[in-house]
Amino acid sequence: MVIDAKDMSFTTLNEQLRSAGEECEINGCIGQRFIAAGNGTQTITINGVPGNALGAYLTGAKIIVNGNAQDAVGDTMNSGTITIHGNIGDAAGYAMRGGQIYIKGNAGYRAGIHMKAYKEKYPVIVIGGRAGNFLGEYQAGGLIVVLGLNTDGKPIVGGFPCTGMHGGKMVLRGSVEGIHFPHQTNARKATPEDLAELRPYLQTYCSSFDYPLEELLNSEFTVITPNSKNPYKQMYVAN
Amino acid sequence: MAINYILPDFEVIRDYNRCINCHVCERQCSNEVHSFDEKGNLMISDESKCVNCSRCVSLCPTHALKIVKNEACFRENANWQRDTILEIYKQAGSGGVLLSSMGNPKPLPVYWDKILINASQVTNPPIDPLREPMETKVFLGQKPNMVTRREDGSLNTSLTPQLELSMPVLFSAMSYGSISYNAHESLARAAQELGIYYNTGEGGLHEDFYCYGKNTIVQVASGRFGVHEEFLNAGAAIEIKMGQGAKPGIGGHLPGTKIVGDVSKTRMIPEGSDAISPAPHHDIYSIEDLRQLVYSLKEATQYKKPIIVKVAAVHNIAAIASGIARSGADIIAIDGFRGGTGAAPTRIRDNVGIPIELALASVDQRLRDEGIRNNVSLIVGGSIRSAADVVKAIALGADACFIATSALLALGCHLCRSCQSGKCNWGIATQRPELVKRLNPDIGKERLVNLLTAWRHEIKELMGGMGVNSIEALRGNRLMLRGVNMTEKELEILGISHAGE
Repeated sequence: MVIDAKDMSFTTLNEQLRSAGEECEINGCIGQRFIAAGNGTQTITINGVPGNALGAYLTGAKIIVNGNAQDAVGDTMNSGTITIHGNIGDAAGYAMRGGQIYIKGNAGYRAGIHMKAYKEKYPVIVIGGRAGNFLGEYQAGGLIVVLGLNTDGKPIVGGFPCTGMHGGKMVLRGSVEGIHFPHQTNARKATPEDLAELRPYLQTYCSSFDYPLEELLNSEFTVITPNSKNPYKQMYVAN
Repeated sequence: MAINYILPDFEVIRDYNRCINCHVCERQCSNEVHSFDEKGNLMISDESKCVNCSRCVSLCPTHALKIVKNEACFRENANWQRDTILEIYKQAGSGGVLLSSMGNPKPLPVYWDKILINASQVTNPPIDPLREPMETKVFLGQKPNMVTRREDGSLNTSLTPQLELSMPVLFSAMSYGSISYNAHESLARAAQELGIYYNTGEGGLHEDFYCYGKNTIVQVASGRFGVHEEFLNAGAAIEIKMGQGAKPGIGGHLPGTKIVGDVSKTRMIPEGSDAISPAPHHDIYSIEDLRQLVYSLKEATQYKKPIIVKVAAVHNIAAIASGIARSGADIIAIDGFRGGTGAAPTRIRDNVGIPIELALASVDQRLRDEGIRNNVSLIVGGSIRSAADVVKAIALGADACFIATSALLALGCHLCRSCQSGKCNWGIATQRPELVKRLNPDIGKERLVNLLTAWRHEIKELMGGMGVNSIEALRGNRLMLRGVNMTEKELEILGISHAGE
């Protein structure tokens, strides 16, 4: 089914989407919010720019955006895939617990904030370009990858990455010189095991955005992990 | 060994004429106060570990025990009182932030106790609830401002989703993790039997309790623990927690040691990992952002559930509530500064926030002045202790009240204020299986049902006395209230007259 979203409110758009069947294409998308919030099994292609909270609470749907996306993409997402052929705004993947978000270009502030993993749920965000300030703040689980393609010489991540990180893994491609990581984290060179874990996600990135995989794999990667899952221990005294 | 500066708070008095060395006290005390002295062939106690939960006193078969205040004292000083001195010692010894449980115990004014309720005499006869029907049912949600008709002239009766309550009381948010499985089961089953609601708090919903969904409010807070599509659709309403009366402006933190077994599973985070609920929602910096979360939840649940926004009572609460009432939320819950908690930094709990009575009165007035009172229902909590408090809150403008401490007391809590230790001897604020099983959910449910059935009778009697036969007719009816021992400013904010006026 094809939905022409021109001049359509987000409520109408979501109503139509819910009854649109397994395959759906949205044309002329112009900032409608909450698209596919909580959706299950659908495959949705969006032409245009979806508004905030695209795929919030997503629970299995596959979303492809041919354009940029705005804030809070995949907020509290549980499973599914979101592929963005462009850049995205702030707070992408906030508290996501599962599923994958692939961004061809750059991400705004606070990407992957409070991301968490649980058993078979393992959330992954792959950012092709660079990420803004506070990347992976409070990260409690999952994997955040920043590839730093086409950064125009700017740093691959902004200020204050991994603040409050207490779980999960962050992987940055290329040089991390000059990037300050907080004291409760360790930064080290990627091992062959890290690269093996990374490979399937990079493969998906490359096939989605038509990029040579080998070129990526030949680069240097830095892995950042927390050194405590209990950062606040010892801070309190019973009264 | 370093000198221990801490004076024990309590003294354990054991009547050795009565003690039969049965060891019940020893087995019942998770704080390990009692032990048996082989040499002297008698039970002894280490009162430094006692929190005065009264478990041993209640279970001693010969009534040989009592716990009293320890009279060992510091030199009297009106400025440097015992607690203040002890807190300094604790911090000097540990370098830690002081952590407390349950509501603010400081002697700050309780306005409920300065408000008196009216009754009819002669000219407007009271109603006898035993003889005449009295309505305590309330509906929470947005209300239309006027009657509208469809194109064919028929009445437009479509309403946004509402919560139906048999009486204006709900159990407020307490997470699975902060309280036990058996405590949650007691609350859920009591809510079902009473026709009211209980609240998951930010800990997800245990799979065994999805069957109580029609009487469940599910909570979404900044950590989003256990939040997924199925969880959102499981409850009757969704509460967005922005703040809590016991700790306004800060987040929550359940230590990794408590994230075990089912608690880990329900929160959907690995065992042993800290559960950190950050102070802000990272995507909410304005009313417009709040509106975004409200509508994302409405979209995800297809507009079938009312959305509650819970905030702590703070200085600008009226303006904040006005914003929330315009955010698309259906219900505002306001939690006063005496509200309980499983753990909060002492300094925050005892010094931040304002009394619920003043917050409620100013919010209700502000929403009326702005003509948006019907946009939302108001729930208030933060120490509602009795049916009289409920009636006063309704007359000040609330639609319903949240209770938690009262409910825990019904389950056997003795307000020893040690929840943060996880060693609750009454099986409430603990995850230790041997302690949890002490709370029998059949009895727990019954005691909660008893409590609120009694409150409902009292509410009816108080209403009947006023000549009011429906709770809806009491809401915001401040003429039914008078104040004593208050300044003119306090009366002005509460919108009530002084007794005698």
